[in-house]
Amino acid sequence: MKFFGLIWSNLKRKKLRTVLTVLSILVAFLLFGLLSAIKEAFTAGVTLAGKDRLMVRHKVSIIQSLPENYEQRVAQIPGVAAVAAQSWFGGIYKEPKNFFGSIPVNPEKFLAMFPEYQLPPAQKEAWQKMRNGAVIGRTLAKRFDFKIGDRIPLTSPIWGQPAGQSQWDFEVAGIFDGEKKGTDTSGMFFRYDYFDEGRTRGKGEIGWMSVRVKNPDQIAEIAKKIDDEFANSPYETKAESEAAMIAGFAQQIGDIGTIMMAVMGAVFFTIVLVAGNTMGQVVRERTEEIGVLKAIGFTNELVLGLVLLESCVVALLGGLLGLGLAWLLTLGGSPVPSMLPVFYVPVRDLLLGAGIVLLLGIVSGIFPAVQAMRLHIADALRRHA
Amino acid sequence: MNWLSQIFSVAFFNLRTIPERKGAAVTAAIGIAGVVAVLVSVLAIAEGFRRAMTGSGSPEMAIVLRSGADSELTSGLSRNDVRMIADAAGIARNAQGPLASAELFVIINLAKRSTGMDANVPLRGIEAQAYDVRGNIEMVQGRRFERGKNEIIVGAGAARAFAGLDLDRDLRVGQTTWRVVGIFTAGGGAADSEIWTDAAVLQPAYHRDDNFQSVTARLSSVGAFQEFKDALTTNPQLQVKVTRLSDFYAEQSTFTTDFITKIGVFIAGLMALGALFAALNTMYSAVSARTREIATLRALGFGSIPVVFSVLAESFALALAGGALGALAAYFVFNGYTATTMNAQTFSQVTFAFAVTPRLLLLAVIWAAVLGLIGGLFPAIRAARLPIAEGLRET
Repeated sequence: MKFFGLIWSNLKRKKLRTVLTVLSILVAFLLFGLLSAIKEAFTAGVTLAGKDRLMVRHKVSIIQSLPENYEQRVAQIPGVAAVAAQSWFGGIYKEPKNFFGSIPVNPEKFLAMFPEYQLPPAQKEAWQKMRNGAVIGRTLAKRFDFKIGDRIPLTSPIWGQPAGQSQWDFEVAGIFDGEKKGTDTSGMFFRYDYFDEGRTRGKGEIGWMSVRVKNPDQIAEIAKKIDDEFANSPYETKAESEAAMIAGFAQQIGDIGTIMMAVMGAVFFTIVLVAGNTMGQVVRERTEEIGVLKAIGFTNELVLGLVLLESCVVALLGGLLGLGLAWLLTLGGSPVPSMLPVFYVPVRDLLLGAGIVLLLGIVSGIFPAVQAMRLHIADALRRHA
Repeated sequence: MNWLSQIFSVAFFNLRTIPERKGAAVTAAIGIAGVVAVLVSVLAIAEGFRRAMTGSGSPEMAIVLRSGADSELTSGLSRNDVRMIADAAGIARNAQGPLASAELFVIINLAKRSTGMDANVPLRGIEAQAYDVRGNIEMVQGRRFERGKNEIIVGAGAARAFAGLDLDRDLRVGQTTWRVVGIFTAGGGAADSEIWTDAAVLQPAYHRDDNFQSVTARLSSVGAFQEFKDALTTNPQLQVKVTRLSDFYAEQSTFTTDFITKIGVFIAGLMALGALFAALNTMYSAVSARTREIATLRALGFGSIPVVFSVLAESFALALAGGALGALAAYFVFNGYTATTMNAQTFSQVTFAFAVTPRLLLLAVIWAAVLGLIGGLFPAIRAARLPIAEGLRET
């Protein structure tokens, strides 16, 4: 690295230009980091979906309810290990804009079905003893500063309020953490028995079921068995793997991925152009110097390497700072928890970003570097004479 | 030479020399074009979505839901409620009676034509008066459904987006088979994304007994809203919420439009920062490349103000060219581009066309102009401050 001093003083020669170039690259990669966090928020569910879990819902659409006894009927189907029914409560906390998911479940079955929700055993016990108890995710707890023992009043436009009450009254029995970074902890779960007793409409109905199969390889066969079981009944079902269900749901939001890629493309096109142009200019200004370097014995390869290294240093400086900044910003959590329940830059994308940074350094440096390499000493020295 | 003509001559001289610095100039312009294109296209999505949602809501119409319900999905009204609502004061009437339609709103799963994946499509059960209540329903193909039959008519947007929604096709949903007998438009509004059928047929198919979810009514005048609302809210037998349809649809779309707008402005803002650095870079190097030229001008007696203006003029021209390029690109690529997305509040798909409006184009030009001015200002000041003697000596 004995030439590093040379590169460093070259960069310092026009400080302002170097700083501006580094900053524009920084911005580009900050954007890259944040976009991948947004994309991850939409798709994390698919990668984290249980490989051995099915979702069973009403065939027509998820808003149609199923009879409660379907839970037992599914449990009896050979190959099914466990079933946990859930419903959409659609609770409103003070105002609709405070939206978070609220779902009645059977605590025992639910926690066994979703080991990714980690609830301390003492809190689990407390939940089982507390009829109006609810467990909330870490993200939700942070969002409204809920603590264990706090009361959460909710109103439900779908199911009505318990007789004689203007709202549902839940008490926080526990706060669960996600097993992995992408686990959604933005929601609340409470007891189905309390829910079914209190609701004024649709008693005895459940929204959908999560089903664990004994052998993940048979997941498709079992899904078919479940659907066959209820075929031609007034409540036909559609069973599909959790991943397929989540992917389908994410897909409904639209071609977010495509639009993001288009935006990214526009950003990169711009940045590469700017960085490439700046690098080219730097080399053109130094034609004479490169001639001198060659005259005192620098080989073509060394000149090529020096110019490339310079552009890579600029790209790495800006790019890594940008990615780091994006990572720091996402540590603070999601800015819009109701839309993006999880918000972080996955390591995979950080690595991809670092790769693109390097590529940017090489691509933007390669043309001026080759130009510099091919320069004849005499031409270079004569240029300004 | 007077001051103004100095400014013009130096600025023209400057603009004429832009081709000399083609590479740098194009870079700056394209940077700004990128920002503007991103900004305009993202906002065009939000604008198109908002338009699709609000286009259907006239202030002369009102929608009645159960009190506490925030959308039709979570609402419910009995036959008795519906009758009382239709008889309330303030509703316009025609020969068939009050212009009110009690409606059911359910969601069915259909495969998207583009991806083959299931998505939620709204299926609405309407009463005979619904066409006159809305007043903007036109059949593009086929005819209206016959009452009491398993027939549906399909909004043009939904027909484009979902498989199986073609004229004279049978569509099996759950236990019921529906025949598509017509395709309609509702002036690009929300109903374009819906499927309609007879409420009386939909009720048994969805085990809804004799219940509805909403009543949509045409008011006798825009001002009759208060009268209508008071008549319903003071009726002790009814617990309902009355909203003007225009307000209702605006509210239904806020969640999604806010989200898209916020993200769009944020991304464009970051990009603008990046482009600003690029523009500054370009202008600084333009100034430094012309050091000797500027010093010569100053030595000839040109003031520093004309020099500042000339640099600003250059960056302004580049920015406007870039901005126009970006806005036009966004316009030609995206305007009218149709897409579907899920409306968070109704849980179902809305088909909409991206709308690059004149307002957005103006916004694009403003962003470009601001970027150009800021990008040119600092380099311009540096140019004006160059010591003449040193500048002349520069190689």
